[in-house]
Amino acid sequence: MTLGVVVALAAGTYALRVAGPLLRGRLRVPERGRRLLATAALVLLGAFVTTSALYESGAFAGMARVGGVVVGGVLAWRRAPFVVVVLVAAGVAAGMRVLFDTSFM
Amino acid sequence: MRSLKRTAKVSGGESSLLAAVASMGFALAVIGASLGAIAVSRGVPLWLATLMAALVFAGGSELMAVGMATSGAAPLAVVLGGVLLNARHLPYGLALGNVLEASGPLGRLFGSHLLVDEAVAFALAESDPHRQRRAYWAAGLTLYGVWAPSVFVGGLIGNGVGDPRALGLDAALPAGLLALVLPSLRDRPTLRAVALGSVVAVVLTPLLAEGLPVLLALLGTLAALPISRGARRGTREEEPA
Repeated sequence: MTLGVVVALAAGTYALRVAGPLLRGRLRVPERGRRLLATAALVLLGAFVTTSALYESGAFAGMARVGGVVVGGVLAWRRAPFVVVVLVAAGVAAGMRVLFDTSFM
Repeated sequence: MRSLKRTAKVSGGESSLLAAVASMGFALAVIGASLGAIAVSRGVPLWLATLMAALVFAGGSELMAVGMATSGAAPLAVVLGGVLLNARHLPYGLALGNVLEASGPLGRLFGSHLLVDEAVAFALAESDPHRQRRAYWAAGLTLYGVWAPSVFVGGLIGNGVGDPRALGLDAALPAGLLALVLPSLRDRPTLRAVALGSVVAVVLTPLLAEGLPVLLALLGTLAALPISRGARRGTREEEPA
Protein backbone atom coordinates (compact mmCIF):
# COMPACT_ATOMS: atom_id res chain seq x y z
CA MET A 1 0.00 0.00 0.00
CA THR A 2 1.34 3.43 -0.93
CA LEU A 3 0.92 6.98 0.31
CA GLY A 4 -0.74 7.83 -3.01
CA VAL A 5 -3.52 5.28 -2.44
CA VAL A 6 -4.15 6.62 1.08
CA VAL A 7 -4.28 10.25 -0.07
CA ALA A 8 -6.57 9.44 -3.01
CA LEU A 9 -8.94 7.40 -0.83
CA ALA A 10 -8.94 10.17 1.79
CA ALA A 11 -9.64 12.86 -0.83
CA GLY A 12 -12.47 10.87 -2.40
CA THR A 13 -14.04 10.11 0.97
CA TYR A 14 -13.77 13.72 2.14
CA ALA A 15 -15.31 14.98 -1.11
CA LEU A 16 -18.30 12.68 -0.52
CA ARG A 17 -18.61 13.89 3.08
CA VAL A 18 -18.33 17.61 2.47
CA ALA A 19 -20.55 17.72 -0.65
CA GLY A 20 -23.78 17.41 1.35
CA PRO A 21 -23.14 20.18 3.89
CA LEU A 22 -21.80 22.51 1.16
CA LEU A 23 -24.84 21.92 -1.05
CA ARG A 24 -27.20 22.38 1.88
CA GLY A 25 -25.51 25.71 2.61
CA ARG A 26 -26.45 26.95 -0.88
CA LEU A 27 -29.86 25.41 -1.39
CA ARG A 28 -33.09 26.25 0.30
CA VAL A 29 -34.57 22.84 1.10
CA PRO A 30 -38.30 22.84 1.89
CA GLU A 31 -39.50 21.12 5.06
CA ARG A 32 -40.83 18.06 3.19
CA GLY A 33 -37.53 17.68 1.38
CA ARG A 34 -35.69 17.84 4.68
CA ARG A 35 -37.85 15.08 6.14
CA LEU A 36 -37.37 12.98 3.03
CA LEU A 37 -33.57 13.39 3.33
CA ALA A 38 -33.71 12.38 7.01
CA THR A 39 -35.75 9.31 6.06
CA ALA A 40 -33.20 8.49 3.33
CA ALA A 41 -30.38 8.68 5.89
CA LEU A 42 -32.32 6.38 8.23
CA VAL A 43 -32.84 3.93 5.34
CA LEU A 44 -29.07 3.93 4.70
CA LEU A 45 -28.34 3.40 8.39
CA GLY A 46 -30.90 0.60 8.59
CA ALA A 47 -29.47 -1.12 5.52
CA PHE A 48 -25.95 -0.69 6.92
CA VAL A 49 -27.04 -2.26 10.24
CA THR A 50 -28.79 -5.19 8.55
CA THR A 51 -25.95 -5.95 6.14
CA SER A 52 -23.23 -5.59 8.79
CA ALA A 53 -25.22 -7.87 11.11
CA LEU A 54 -25.48 -10.56 8.43
CA TYR A 55 -22.40 -10.26 6.22
CA GLU A 56 -18.64 -9.99 6.44
CA SER A 57 -17.04 -9.06 3.09
CA GLY A 58 -20.05 -10.37 1.18
CA ALA A 59 -20.27 -13.74 2.99
CA PHE A 60 -22.50 -14.79 5.91
CA ALA A 61 -21.01 -13.38 9.13
CA GLY A 62 -22.12 -16.30 11.32
CA MET A 63 -24.90 -16.99 13.82
CA ALA A 64 -23.03 -15.48 16.78
CA ARG A 65 -23.01 -11.97 15.35
CA VAL A 66 -26.64 -12.28 14.22
CA GLY A 67 -27.61 -13.55 17.68
CA GLY A 68 -25.85 -10.66 19.41
CA VAL A 69 -27.47 -8.02 17.21
CA VAL A 70 -30.94 -9.60 17.52
CA VAL A 71 -30.76 -9.78 21.33
CA GLY A 72 -29.41 -6.22 21.41
CA GLY A 73 -32.27 -5.12 19.15
CA VAL A 74 -34.89 -6.75 21.39
CA LEU A 75 -33.39 -5.03 24.44
CA ALA A 76 -33.39 -1.69 22.63
CA TRP A 77 -37.03 -2.25 21.65
CA ARG A 78 -37.77 -2.94 25.33
CA ARG A 79 -36.12 0.42 26.11
CA ALA A 80 -33.00 -0.89 27.79
CA PRO A 81 -30.29 1.78 28.22
CA PHE A 82 -27.92 2.14 25.28
CA VAL A 83 -24.85 0.90 27.13
CA VAL A 84 -26.72 -2.26 28.20
CA VAL A 85 -27.73 -2.93 24.58
CA VAL A 86 -24.13 -2.66 23.37
CA LEU A 87 -22.65 -4.76 26.20
CA VAL A 88 -25.26 -7.53 26.01
CA ALA A 89 -24.95 -7.74 22.20
CA ALA A 90 -21.20 -8.20 22.56
CA GLY A 91 -21.62 -10.68 25.41
CA VAL A 92 -24.15 -12.81 23.51
CA ALA A 93 -21.95 -12.95 20.39
CA ALA A 94 -18.80 -13.74 22.41
CA GLY A 95 -20.68 -16.32 24.50
CA MET A 96 -22.13 -18.07 21.47
CA ARG A 97 -18.62 -18.31 20.00
CA VAL A 98 -17.33 -19.92 23.20
CA LEU A 99 -20.28 -22.32 23.54
CA PHE A 100 -20.56 -23.36 19.91
CA ASP A 101 -16.99 -23.53 18.73
CA THR A 102 -17.62 -24.03 15.04
CA SER A 103 -16.75 -22.15 11.90
CA PHE A 104 -20.46 -21.33 11.54
CA MET A 105 -20.14 -18.88 14.45
CA MET B 1 -45.01 9.84 25.11
CA ARG B 2 -43.18 6.61 24.49
CA SER B 3 -40.66 8.06 22.10
CA LEU B 4 -39.99 10.91 24.50
CA LYS B 5 -39.06 8.47 27.25
CA ARG B 6 -37.05 6.44 24.80
CA THR B 7 -35.04 9.46 23.69
CA ALA B 8 -34.43 10.41 27.28
CA LYS B 9 -32.85 7.04 27.90
CA VAL B 10 -30.54 7.11 24.92
CA SER B 11 -29.18 10.59 25.26
CA GLY B 12 -31.45 12.62 27.49
CA GLY B 13 -28.93 14.08 29.86
CA GLU B 14 -25.36 15.10 29.20
CA SER B 15 -24.10 12.07 31.11
CA SER B 16 -26.22 9.43 29.34
CA LEU B 17 -25.23 10.84 25.93
CA LEU B 18 -21.60 10.66 26.96
CA ALA B 19 -22.00 7.13 28.36
CA ALA B 20 -23.60 5.98 25.10
CA VAL B 21 -20.87 7.65 23.02
CA ALA B 22 -18.16 6.21 25.29
CA SER B 23 -19.44 2.65 24.93
CA MET B 24 -19.43 3.06 21.15
CA GLY B 25 -15.94 4.58 21.39
CA PHE B 26 -14.66 1.60 23.35
CA ALA B 27 -15.95 -0.89 20.77
CA LEU B 28 -14.43 1.22 17.99
CA ALA B 29 -11.08 1.42 19.80
CA VAL B 30 -10.72 -2.37 19.90
CA ILE B 31 -11.72 -2.65 16.26
CA GLY B 32 -9.21 0.08 15.35
CA ALA B 33 -6.47 -1.73 17.27
CA SER B 34 -7.22 -4.92 15.38
CA LEU B 35 -7.10 -3.01 12.07
CA GLY B 36 -3.68 -1.64 13.04
CA ALA B 37 -2.42 -5.11 13.91
CA ILE B 38 -3.74 -6.57 10.64
CA ALA B 39 -2.20 -3.75 8.59
CA VAL B 40 1.25 -4.13 10.18
CA SER B 41 1.14 -7.94 9.91
CA ARG B 42 0.49 -7.52 6.17
CA GLY B 43 3.49 -5.26 5.74
CA VAL B 44 1.83 -1.82 5.77
CA PRO B 45 4.13 0.66 7.60
CA LEU B 46 2.68 1.73 10.97
CA TRP B 47 2.90 5.44 10.11
CA LEU B 48 0.93 4.86 6.90
CA ALA B 49 -1.82 2.86 8.63
CA THR B 50 -2.12 5.58 11.29
CA LEU B 51 -2.13 8.38 8.69
CA MET B 52 -4.85 6.54 6.77
CA ALA B 53 -6.94 6.25 9.96
CA ALA B 54 -6.66 10.00 10.56
CA LEU B 55 -7.27 11.07 6.94
CA VAL B 56 -9.88 8.53 5.80
CA PHE B 57 -11.68 7.83 9.12
CA ALA B 58 -13.96 5.15 7.68
CA GLY B 59 -13.03 1.75 9.10
CA GLY B 60 -14.70 -0.46 6.53
CA SER B 61 -12.92 1.17 3.59
CA GLU B 62 -9.58 1.17 5.46
CA LEU B 63 -9.81 -2.56 6.14
CA MET B 64 -10.78 -3.09 2.52
CA ALA B 65 -7.83 -0.98 1.29
CA VAL B 66 -5.36 -2.90 3.45
CA GLY B 67 -6.75 -6.23 2.27
CA MET B 68 -6.85 -5.32 -1.43
CA ALA B 69 -3.56 -3.42 -1.63
CA THR B 70 -1.57 -6.10 0.19
CA SER B 71 -2.99 -8.87 -1.98
CA GLY B 72 -1.84 -7.22 -5.16
CA ALA B 73 -4.87 -5.24 -6.39
CA ALA B 74 -4.19 -2.26 -8.68
CA PRO B 75 -4.03 1.06 -6.78
CA LEU B 76 -6.92 2.48 -8.81
CA ALA B 77 -9.11 -0.52 -7.93
CA VAL B 78 -8.28 -0.04 -4.23
CA VAL B 79 -9.24 3.64 -4.33
CA LEU B 80 -12.43 3.07 -6.33
CA GLY B 81 -13.51 0.18 -4.09
CA GLY B 82 -13.01 2.27 -0.96
CA VAL B 83 -14.75 5.33 -2.40
CA LEU B 84 -17.71 3.20 -3.49
CA LEU B 85 -17.96 1.74 0.01
CA ASN B 86 -18.01 5.30 1.39
CA ALA B 87 -20.52 6.68 -1.13
CA ARG B 88 -23.30 6.60 1.49
CA HIS B 89 -21.64 9.58 3.16
CA LEU B 90 -22.97 11.87 0.42
CA PRO B 91 -26.66 11.35 1.26
CA TYR B 92 -25.73 11.39 4.98
CA GLY B 93 -24.23 14.85 4.46
CA LEU B 94 -27.31 16.06 2.60
CA ALA B 95 -29.52 14.89 5.47
CA LEU B 96 -27.32 16.42 8.17
CA GLY B 97 -26.36 19.64 6.41
CA ASN B 98 -28.54 21.63 8.80
CA VAL B 99 -26.68 20.18 11.79
CA LEU B 100 -23.42 21.68 10.50
CA GLU B 101 -24.92 24.92 9.16
CA ALA B 102 -24.68 26.72 12.47
CA SER B 103 -21.02 25.79 12.94
CA GLY B 104 -19.59 28.40 10.54
CA PRO B 105 -17.53 27.72 7.40
CA LEU B 106 -14.53 26.18 9.19
CA GLY B 107 -16.71 24.17 11.53
CA ARG B 108 -18.59 22.85 8.51
CA LEU B 109 -15.36 21.80 6.75
CA PHE B 110 -13.97 20.05 9.83
CA GLY B 111 -17.35 18.72 10.97
CA SER B 112 -17.81 17.05 7.57
CA HIS B 113 -14.72 14.94 8.24
CA LEU B 114 -16.41 13.54 11.37
CA LEU B 115 -19.36 12.24 9.33
CA VAL B 116 -19.49 8.52 10.17
CA ASP B 117 -22.45 6.16 10.54
CA GLU B 118 -22.38 6.43 14.33
CA ALA B 119 -22.36 10.27 14.40
CA VAL B 120 -25.26 10.32 11.92
CA ALA B 121 -27.22 7.83 14.04
CA PHE B 122 -26.65 9.80 17.26
CA ALA B 123 -27.76 13.03 15.55
CA LEU B 124 -30.86 11.50 13.93
CA ALA B 125 -31.92 9.96 17.26
CA GLU B 126 -32.56 13.54 18.45
CA SER B 127 -35.33 15.83 17.26
CA ASP B 128 -34.40 19.30 18.45
CA PRO B 129 -31.67 20.98 16.30
CA HIS B 130 -29.59 22.05 19.29
CA ARG B 131 -29.51 18.50 20.70
CA GLN B 132 -28.81 17.11 17.23
CA ARG B 133 -25.73 19.31 16.97
CA ARG B 134 -24.58 18.33 20.47
CA ALA B 135 -25.01 14.61 19.74
CA TYR B 136 -23.28 14.87 16.36
CA TRP B 137 -20.22 16.69 17.67
CA ALA B 138 -19.95 14.57 20.83
CA ALA B 139 -20.06 11.33 18.83
CA GLY B 140 -17.94 12.59 15.91
CA LEU B 141 -15.16 14.12 18.03
CA THR B 142 -15.01 11.19 20.46
CA LEU B 143 -14.87 8.53 17.76
CA TYR B 144 -12.34 10.53 15.71
CA GLY B 145 -10.19 11.04 18.80
CA VAL B 146 -10.28 7.30 19.48
CA TRP B 147 -9.79 5.94 15.96
CA ALA B 148 -6.29 6.85 14.74
CA PRO B 149 -4.59 6.37 18.16
CA SER B 150 -6.19 2.89 18.45
CA VAL B 151 -4.92 1.92 15.02
CA PHE B 152 -1.44 3.14 16.04
CA VAL B 153 -1.43 1.27 19.37
CA GLY B 154 -2.83 -1.86 17.73
CA GLY B 155 -0.08 -1.74 15.12
CA LEU B 156 2.54 -1.39 17.89
CA ILE B 157 1.18 -4.35 19.85
CA GLY B 158 0.80 -6.39 16.69
CA ASN B 159 -0.29 -9.97 17.17
CA GLY B 160 -0.87 -9.39 20.90
CA VAL B 161 -4.14 -7.62 20.06
CA GLY B 162 -7.03 -9.98 20.65
CA ASP B 163 -9.59 -10.75 17.98
CA PRO B 164 -12.52 -8.27 18.32
CA ARG B 165 -14.78 -11.17 17.34
CA ALA B 166 -13.82 -13.06 20.48
CA LEU B 167 -15.17 -10.11 22.49
CA GLY B 168 -18.29 -9.98 20.31
CA LEU B 169 -17.54 -6.40 19.27
CA ASP B 170 -18.51 -7.10 15.67
CA ALA B 171 -22.06 -7.46 17.05
CA ALA B 172 -21.79 -4.48 19.42
CA LEU B 173 -21.46 -1.79 16.74
CA PRO B 174 -24.49 -2.83 14.62
CA ALA B 175 -26.53 -3.31 17.82
CA GLY B 176 -25.61 0.19 19.00
CA LEU B 177 -26.60 1.70 15.65
CA LEU B 178 -29.83 -0.30 15.73
CA ALA B 179 -30.66 1.08 19.20
CA LEU B 180 -30.25 4.60 17.82
CA VAL B 181 -32.39 3.97 14.73
CA LEU B 182 -35.21 2.02 16.43
CA PRO B 183 -37.13 4.97 17.96
CA SER B 184 -37.53 6.52 14.49
CA LEU B 185 -39.08 3.25 13.25
CA ARG B 186 -42.18 3.83 15.40
CA ASP B 187 -43.20 6.12 12.54
CA ARG B 188 -44.94 3.81 10.03
CA PRO B 189 -43.76 5.35 6.72
CA THR B 190 -40.17 5.41 8.02
CA LEU B 191 -40.48 1.78 9.12
CA ARG B 192 -41.75 0.78 5.65
CA ALA B 193 -38.87 2.62 3.97
CA VAL B 194 -36.17 1.16 6.24
CA ALA B 195 -37.61 -2.37 5.96
CA LEU B 196 -37.76 -2.22 2.15
CA GLY B 197 -34.27 -0.71 1.94
CA SER B 198 -32.82 -3.36 4.23
CA VAL B 199 -34.37 -6.18 2.21
CA VAL B 200 -32.91 -4.68 -0.99
CA ALA B 201 -29.44 -4.45 0.58
CA VAL B 202 -29.55 -7.95 2.08
CA VAL B 203 -30.63 -9.55 -1.21
CA LEU B 204 -28.02 -7.67 -3.26
CA THR B 205 -25.00 -7.99 -0.92
CA PRO B 206 -23.85 -11.43 -2.19
CA LEU B 207 -24.24 -10.22 -5.79
CA LEU B 208 -22.72 -6.73 -6.01
CA ALA B 209 -19.51 -4.92 -5.05
CA GLU B 210 -19.36 -3.78 -1.41
CA GLY B 211 -21.03 -0.41 -0.93
CA LEU B 212 -23.47 -0.67 -3.83
CA PRO B 213 -26.15 -2.73 -2.00
CA VAL B 214 -26.42 -0.16 0.82
CA LEU B 215 -26.62 2.66 -1.74
CA LEU B 216 -29.36 0.87 -3.68
CA ALA B 217 -31.24 0.50 -0.40
CA LEU B 218 -32.08 4.20 -0.92
CA LEU B 219 -34.84 2.93 -3.24
CA GLY B 220 -36.61 1.93 -0.04
CA THR B 221 -37.15 5.63 0.69
CA LEU B 222 -39.91 5.52 -1.95
CA ALA B 223 -41.97 3.44 0.49
CA ALA B 224 -42.17 6.48 2.80
CA LEU B 225 -43.85 8.60 0.12
CA PRO B 226 -45.84 10.73 0.17
CA ILE B 227 -44.19 12.61 3.03
CA SER B 228 -47.02 14.18 5.00
CA ARG B 229 -47.02 17.73 6.24
CA GLY B 230 -47.45 16.48 9.79
CA ALA B 231 -44.95 16.49 12.60
CA ARG B 232 -41.36 15.53 11.91
CA ARG B 233 -40.97 11.82 11.28
CA GLY B 234 -40.10 9.43 14.04
CA THR B 235 -39.69 11.98 16.76
CA ARG B 236 -43.23 13.10 17.26
CA GLU B 237 -42.79 13.45 20.96
CA GLU B 238 -46.20 14.91 21.68
CA GLU B 239 -48.03 12.09 19.97
CA PRO B 240 -49.45 9.49 22.32
CA ALA B 241 -48.32 6.06 21.11
